[in-house]
Order: sequence, then structure tokens, then C-alpha cells
Amino acid sequence: MSVAGSIKDENTGPQPEALVRVDGLKMHFPVTEGLFMQRVVGLVKAVDGVSFTVGVGETLGLVGESGCGKTTVGRCILRLENPTAGDVIFDGNDVADMNMKEMIGLRQDVQVIFQDPFSSLNPRMKIGTIISEPLRVHGIIKDPQKRQERVAELLHICGLNPRFADRYPHEMSGGQRQRVGIARALSVNPKFIVCDEAVSALDVSIQAQIINLLEDLQAQFNFSYLFIAHDLSVVRHLCHRVAVMYLGKIVELADCDELFDNPQHPYTKALLSAVPVPDPAIEEARSHQVLEGEVPSPIDPPSGCVFHPRCPQATEACRRDIPTLQEFTPGHTLACPVVLGQQR
Amino acid sequence: MYKYTIKRILLMIPTLIGAGVLIFVLMRLIPGDICEIRLGGTGLAVDKDQIEICRENLGLNDSMPKQFFDFAVGVATLNFGDSMWTGRPVTEEIAVRFELTLQIAIMGTLAAVIIALPFGVISAIKQNTWIDYCIRLFSIAGIATPSFWLGIMVILGLLIATQHLFGEPWMMPITFTSIFADPVANLSQTIWPAVTIGYRYAAVVVRMTRSAMLEVLREDYVRTARAKGLFEKVIVNQHALKNALLPVITLIGIEFAFLIGGLVVTEQVFNLNGLGKLFVDAVLQHDFTLTQSMVMMVVAVFVLVNLLVDLLYAWVDPRIHYS
Repeated sequence: MSVAGSIKDENTGPQPEALVRVDGLKMHFPVTEGLFMQRVVGLVKAVDGVSFTVGVGETLGLVGESGCGKTTVGRCILRLENPTAGDVIFDGNDVADMNMKEMIGLRQDVQVIFQDPFSSLNPRMKIGTIISEPLRVHGIIKDPQKRQERVAELLHICGLNPRFADRYPHEMSGGQRQRVGIARALSVNPKFIVCDEAVSALDVSIQAQIINLLEDLQAQFNFSYLFIAHDLSVVRHLCHRVAVMYLGKIVELADCDELFDNPQHPYTKALLSAVPVPDPAIEEARSHQVLEGEVPSPIDPPSGCVFHPRCPQATEACRRDIPTLQEFTPGHTLACPVVLGQQR
Repeated sequence: MYKYTIKRILLMIPTLIGAGVLIFVLMRLIPGDICEIRLGGTGLAVDKDQIEICRENLGLNDSMPKQFFDFAVGVATLNFGDSMWTGRPVTEEIAVRFELTLQIAIMGTLAAVIIALPFGVISAIKQNTWIDYCIRLFSIAGIATPSFWLGIMVILGLLIATQHLFGEPWMMPITFTSIFADPVANLSQTIWPAVTIGYRYAAVVVRMTRSAMLEVLREDYVRTARAKGLFEKVIVNQHALKNALLPVITLIGIEFAFLIGGLVVTEQVFNLNGLGKLFVDAVLQHDFTLTQSMVMMVVAVFVLVNLLVDLLYAWVDPRIHYS
């Protein structure tokens, strides 16, 4: 298996068939109390009924403020967490039901790029070992000599000098380390990569380099990305479709341009309004929609629509009825009956 | 690396001078001297002239600076002189007991490491399960139990158990035989104190290993290792444990150095003629030459073990470089 072998075709745009289908995903963490007899006193509903699909060669952005459950969704897809309920179907197989053997296969198909390039690389291992370890344990390349060649190739693809293989992580800069993280993720020829805030720990100039690298790699190898981020401008640049999360739920999902140009959900509007415009005159003139209050605790979320306590358009019904994602226009769904005009 | 090692060894000199001045002054601040103890110990009337002669012979009447100068020259030329009490050379007194003490220290360390590393790791992996609780109980008990009491219990237990099993009680040998001469006799004597100190030692190391592992297991690179699809065993042994070892090595080093010369009570309980006992006797008898030499030796051991630990760091952790 080589890099060249994994190129599927030249068409890099979104394709109809879904590679990953997440359906009704719930991840509730128990909150326990007590010294010896630990009893569950509550549930942190980090992810509460999330559904979306990611097509082959597509990039889905997952945005939302800190603590809204974006990362947990990514970790459930990777099965670094065992979801409480719901399905994660990858390539036709349910990730949650996989046994050890199938999991090893999944680890080759689904990879992850973590947020912090400083802590996500083992400080005691040389770069070459870090990148070649998956190749060795999965038995992808058994010959050590060939493994070294592959490591050099991966480093080259990610824009690093192959000599870096003999270095330790602490001898490299943040951008270089993140490239190592990407090379490591690529080593097993995955089909799907979860980018968990992959650029948020980097300087803006380095961010641009890494984003371009991710784009180039997608064009070359036709990966699908789940791009988890809170930086909306990065998401707009990189993603084909974007899902907006609030308190464990997706509130709006649309094509990237549609979402940014025509946001419908009050939360999405507020989120986009918070992005500064790099022109002082426009920034001064435009109206900001500032949300009041704090994000409620996911242990005790509000009734009905979880956004209603902060929503400028909330009605009595919002306190009562839990909204579901419904189609606004083709390809644009949102969970707000008020906007959809279904109330009163 | 070599430069660093030499620099560290040279740094031993001021450390030794400081310790030397301290012990020299402290010993002379204690009221009474060896001659009074030796001659007065009989309970008979003491002849003042005899004490004077004794002091003259041992050089106690020399001025303080001269006494210190003699001591310093002795240390510098590695000629430590004779014990004031027995009259035998200090090096000989120490050499007789060093083998026993060193052996018990090594055995205790081995026992501790063999028990502590797996226990600490398991405890961290199975955090807040009954296995973790058992190991924590084991280690808290080890820290809380005084070694002398544990030693007495070990001896009693041995006597009672052998009485039950063989009809007559078996007691470990009291005289020391070198392990090279007669391993069986040697081990049947030394294994019990080694186990006794090893338990407390292990208890401390378990706690350190556990907390270091708990910290490392939450690191992002361990999550990266999981995402790579490695087996849990590989993640724990190769990714996590290596990173958790640093504080554990430090602790083992300090504890080991302490065992050379600090085993006073355990040696008393097991009736061992080791360095700890020699140390206490020397202080009680106001044996200046012996006490001072032993302090110098213990300081040197501490410094050297610490140097060794620091050099081990560089070997374990590539981020540490000495130049």
C-alpha cells in the first residue's frame, strides 16, 4: 500500500454517498458522588441526539462555543468514547458494535489530528518512531527499511525534511509538530480524518499553512474531514458543509456559503455576528447581536429548546417543545420552529 | 556528558567540606568526651590523670584548628585514622559492615521495585476500583507501619510459623556470612530485614508510581497512542510508563542512599551488625574519628547516588541534556 495507491479519482468535490453517518448520537457522562458507594447524581449530556452525514471527499465543519460537545462527537466517531445511544455508521459498519478485531480495522480507516501539537506527541519518542508505529502495529509495512522510506515520504508530503525522523518532538516548532501529527494520521492511509481543533493552537500564519496542507492532501487523496473548530473564518474557508452545535445538539446544518450568507437559527446569527470584520469602518457600522447570559450547564439543560433562555425570539412554546432538525430549504436544515414559521 | 559528570564530582568537594565542618562542630558541642565515657563507664572513682593521659593519646587536647586540620588532611588523603574506641582503622570498621548494609539496601530496593512498579501501574489503570483500593490500602499501611514493629512481627511470625510446621521454632542466623561464601546462610539471614524495609520502601514508590501514571495517562499523547490503534499493554508500558518513571527514579535514588547508614532501628531489631548500628554506637561513644568518617561516607554516597540519578534522567528522557 502506498500513498499513490489510495488516490481514488480526480473528482474532489462532495459526493452523494455517505462515508460516515451519525444518527441520534448521545453521550451522557455520569456525575458521581460519594466516597465508597459512588452513586450517580446526574448526567452531563455532552452530546444529546446528534445526526449528520459526511460524504466521501467532503469536509463537514462542526462549530459551536467551548463545551458544546463538538470534541465529544469526534471522540465518539473515533470510539475513544463509547456512546450512550445512537449509531455511528462508518462505511456501512456500526462503530459502536465493533469488536477488537474490527476496531483495529477502524483505526486504519479513521484517524485524528489533535488540537495541541505540544502535548499530543510522546516526548520520549523520535518522530520516525511516532509516525512508523501505526505502520508497524497494524502490519501495514513489515520491513523496517521500507517503513523508514514511507516515513520519509510522509514527512515530505507534509512539508517536512525527512531528516526530522531522527529528531525528538521538543526539538521542533509548533507548526512542525502539527505537520508530524498530520503525517502520523496519514500513515495508515485513512479514509476519514477527524480534525479536532487542529489549527486552533497555532499562530495565524502557521494556521494558514496547515489549512492549505489539509486542503492539498484532500485534493490529492480524497479524504473526508470532520473539521471541529471554533474559528468560523477557518471553517468558512475549508468546509463544504457546516453544522452548528449548541449544548449537545445541532441547531443548524447547511452548505458552507448558505450558512454564512443566510443564517437562520438565532444562535447561528449570534455566533456569526460575533466574528469581527477586519475593516474598522464596517465593524463600527454593523449591528452586533450579543447573547445575554451564560451557556446553561449540560447537567441540567433548559426544558424545551435548550437555547430558549438566551434566545431573542423565544416564545412560550419554546420552553415546552423540543425542536427537531427540519428542512428550511433543500440542504439547509435547522431546529427552530419559530424561524420555520410553524408556531402561531 | 563527561564534562558534566566531572563538574558534578568536583562539586562534591564543597559539599563534603560543609558537611565536615558541621559534624566536626556538632560532635564537639556534645558535653563529655570519649575518655570520660570509657573510664567513667566502670562506675569506679576516676583518676583525673588517667583521663588526661587518654585525651593526650587521642589528640583531644590539641587546639580545635589543629584537630580540624588533621581531620581534613585525613579525608583528603583517604587516611581516616583509627577508631577512638576500638583502636582499629576506621576503614576496617566500616568495611566489615559495609557488605551487609549494601546487600540489604540492594535487596530492599529490588524488592521495592519489583512490587511497586506493577502495583503502581495497575492501581493507576484501575483507578477507583476495588483493586486500586486494595493497593492503596497496602501502600498506606506500609507507610504508616514503623519498620521496627514490622520487623518484630516478622521475627515473631517466623518463630510461630516454624513452630507449627516443624515442631520447633527456627531463628535466622545472627552472624553474617558473605553471599559469595554461603548464599543459603546469607540469604536466610538477610532476606527478612530486606523484606521488612522493602515493604515500606515499596509503599512509598507505589504511591509515586501511581500518581505519576495517573498524570501521564491523561496526557494527549496517550490518547494519540489509542487513536493509533495500539494495544492497551503497549500504550501503558511503552508510552505511559516511560514518561512516568522520572519522579520514581528520583525517589528510588533518595531512598537507596538513605538505606546506607540510616537502617539503625531495623538493624537493632534483626540484631545485624551493620553501618546503622555502628553509626549510633560511634555517636554515643563520642568516637570523633569514626563518626566524622562515616558522615563523610554517607554524604559521598548521597551525592554519588544523586549524580547517578541525574545521569539516568538524561538516559530516560531525551529532553534532558547535560553539557
